[in-house]
Amino acid sequence: MTTPWQAGAEPRSYPIHRSSDLVHIRQAVRALSQECGLSLVDQTKMITAASELARNTLVYGGGGAVRTGLVGADARRGVAAVFEDAGPGIPDVEQAMTDGWTSGSGLGLGLSGARRLVDDFDLRTAPGEGTVVTIVKWVR
Amino acid sequence: MSERIPVLRIGDVLLVSVQFDLEDQTVLNLQEDLAEQIVATSASGVVIDISALEIVDSFVGRMLSTVAAVSRVLDARTVVVGMRPAVAITLVELGLSLGGVSTALDLEKGLAKLGRPVGSAPR
Ligand SMILES: Nc1ncnc2c1ncn2[C@@H]1O[C@H](COP(=O)(O)OP(=O)(O)OP(=O)(O)O)[C@@H](O)[C@H]1O
Ligand SMILES: [Mg+2]
Repeated sequence: MTTPWQAGAEPRSYPIHRSSDLVHIRQAVRALSQECGLSLVDQTKMITAASELARNTLVYGGGGAVRTGLVGADARRGVAAVFEDAGPGIPDVEQAMTDGWTSGSGLGLGLSGARRLVDDFDLRTAPGEGTVVTIVKWVR
Repeated sequence: MSERIPVLRIGDVLLVSVQFDLEDQTVLNLQEDLAEQIVATSASGVVIDISALEIVDSFVGRMLSTVAAVSRVLDARTVVVGMRPAVAITLVELGLSLGGVSTALDLEKGLAKLGRPVGSAPR
């Protein structure tokens, strides 16, 4: 999925190296969601999904970064976030996307839950190369 | 160094009001502080007010479930109060059922649930 960043509004990049970074990312995604005009429930869903994916980047991906900004396609507007790490990758995506499956001590709800909370969800990963997860929430 | 959320004591109820978005370590600190305080004060109930929280992700959700479970083992009950409607909708869709967590719409109802109607607390 190539993200159609809105013209004139470059996405901003935020590092994900420590848990305090998650707080900043939630703030950034909240600001964008409000600016874009997402409903309150959709803002909450987008921020929550971003929080889950950023924590995965930190915990499993060994850290990385997120690019987030406004997107536009046709007459649609939305908020996108692209989480990227150069960690171990996910060997079995189908398993990882299953509700309740965790390789660690989590609840195994981050990936599968995040997918339900957003409109577009794209996961690219290769063993030893890392993981890129892109999410978009569109204004309705 | 990490932040700690104050735990207030009203009679034999511990009250925590989460006022801002928490870092993961602060969430874990709170979980530990509550367990220690339940024992130290022989509290019979814990009320966690999350009305200021704009999101609850799986990390915070897990903390709420853990506190509820730990307090039960320590012979106290936990009530989570003030969850925003958008947060509730999001939690359900995320797949987090918060099983075993008792909830109430506001502080007053939460205290009532613990058998501590507002006003009955010793001053
Ligand atoms: N960026 C990543 N790099 C490598 N592995 C990942 C990454 N993201 C997720 N995973 C793998 O996918 C599994 C499922 O992730 P998911 O977020 O659904 O659950 P969790 O993080 O284990 O628990 P929860 O998010 O509920 O606390 C993880 O346990 C991990 O093995
Ligand atoms: Mg996760």
